[in-house]
Amino acid sequence: MNLTLKVWRQKDASSSGRFVEYEARNIIEEMSFLEMLDVVNEELVAKGEDPIAFDHDCREGICGTCGIVIDGSPHGPWDATTTCQLHMRAFKSGDVITIEPWRAKAFPVIRDLIVDRSAFDRIIQAGGFISVSTGGAPDGNAIPVSKDDADMAMDAAQCIGCGACVAACKNASAMLFVSAKVSHLGLLPQGEVEQDRRVLNMVRAMDAEGFGNCTNIGSCEAVCPKEISVDFIGRMNRDYRRALLRNE
Amino acid sequence: MSKLKTLYQSSLGKKYIMALTGLGLFAFVIIHMLGNLQIFLGPDPINSYAEFLKSKPALLWTARIGLLAIAALHITSAIQLIMINRRARPVDYSTDKIVAASFAARTIIVSGLIILMFVIYHLLHFTFGAVDPKFLRYEDYLGRHDVYRMMVEGFSNPFASAFYIVSMGLLCLHLTHGVSSTFQSLGLKSRAYVAAIDRLASISAGVIFLGNCAIPVAVLAGLVK
Ligand code: HEM
Ligand code: FES
Repeated sequence: MNLTLKVWRQKDASSSGRFVEYEARNIIEEMSFLEMLDVVNEELVAKGEDPIAFDHDCREGICGTCGIVIDGSPHGPWDATTTCQLHMRAFKSGDVITIEPWRAKAFPVIRDLIVDRSAFDRIIQAGGFISVSTGGAPDGNAIPVSKDDADMAMDAAQCIGCGACVAACKNASAMLFVSAKVSHLGLLPQGEVEQDRRVLNMVRAMDAEGFGNCTNIGSCEAVCPKEISVDFIGRMNRDYRRALLRNE
Repeated sequence: MSKLKTLYQSSLGKKYIMALTGLGLFAFVIIHMLGNLQIFLGPDPINSYAEFLKSKPALLWTARIGLLAIAALHITSAIQLIMINRRARPVDYSTDKIVAASFAARTIIVSGLIILMFVIYHLLHFTFGAVDPKFLRYEDYLGRHDVYRMMVEGFSNPFASAFYIVSMGLLCLHLTHGVSSTFQSLGLKSRAYVAAIDRLASISAGVIFLGNCAIPVAVLAGLVK
């Protein structure tokens, strides 16, 4: 199939960008969206032009590095799918596809479709860890965890930190990401002891990075490739309230 | 003190303030509506109710000042949140695609602003008598302020009634998102209750709309005169 791409091109963080049109020719349905961009880039390189810069790593939907806004939707039209796992059968020949980077003050564009997501790393550094030295791997059953808690912690732990929640939110809020990280550690006995400090510090870091606030709209949940639920945001609101009452 | 400061400065804390003040206003709206519905019982009950409130200035002024403070907090927090949110997304997407946002959620600022204009008009109308000064001078046979007559005459004006009805529609819209949001913001919405809470939000918003609109509609239809 043949497609027309409108791609955001921006030289670096300090330049202003613009949309440039490209033709993507002889694209096969089985290609992933990133492979389609690879084909376009090969042509650009052959012509001596700068290839379109985009982030990617595992290309199997688990690392969270890829992430492009495709026709207004972070990670494109498929539910529960990262950009690297989106396949070209989602489109038909003749389609015009708009391709933009994540848009948020806390995620500045570095080049073309690549944004700087180190704000997420700084939030994790503020509390997204467990401080105890665990030594060797203990027997998995030595500390009992209820099935409900284990399931919920695993649901939260699915978050790959891609930032689609921020990209989708009209307020560029990072609440879904932060709440998933806060909950996944707080639900388990090893992480529970530090939960008050964790939630207070991670929320403070989140605010300092310039993310917006949740207005309970749910766009984040709708685009999340790992289907993280906004229930975790409610959970974080509760954990934060408790931590604030108990501490400081 | 430092707790209050953290609360006030954090994004989550501002949402708690939003939710708690919203809840306070919600409670007021319910009580206010129940008071007004006494109009259907004839002039006596509502006039004596008004007389009772006026006879307790300490109670009345505590409620008034409290309400004003709650409203001021709700509005200032809303403005602060809106400004933070605008700043967080300085560049828009080329296509404005709205994912999963309900109409009520997307229009919460608009509904809020129109409610504010309505509240100002409403106070001028019935509390300060600025729309028609003689409203405050009506007296019933016992020499009490004739609230009943004031309401009937006030709502006999179809334009005033229409504005009340439209505003109640917007309040209803504000609350369909607002009430369920309150539970989420306060961390009281767990998976098991999502459906029940959303239903509670719709039902209470609907009751407030119907209860409040019943009065101008009944006056215009000549059922209350
Ligand atoms: C009788 C009057 C009002 C009632 C009962 C009411 C109630 C509520 C409730 C329950 C919420 C949900 C709080 C939350 O998000 O957790 C809310 C949110 C909101 N209200 Fe009001 N409100 C009223 C008047 C106003 C006014 C006059 C404004 C004017 C600016 C306003 C602006 C907002 C905004 C912008 C939000 C959303 C805040 C956010 O999600 O970040 N409201 N309201
Ligand atoms: S490249 Fe790893 S998730 Fe897409």
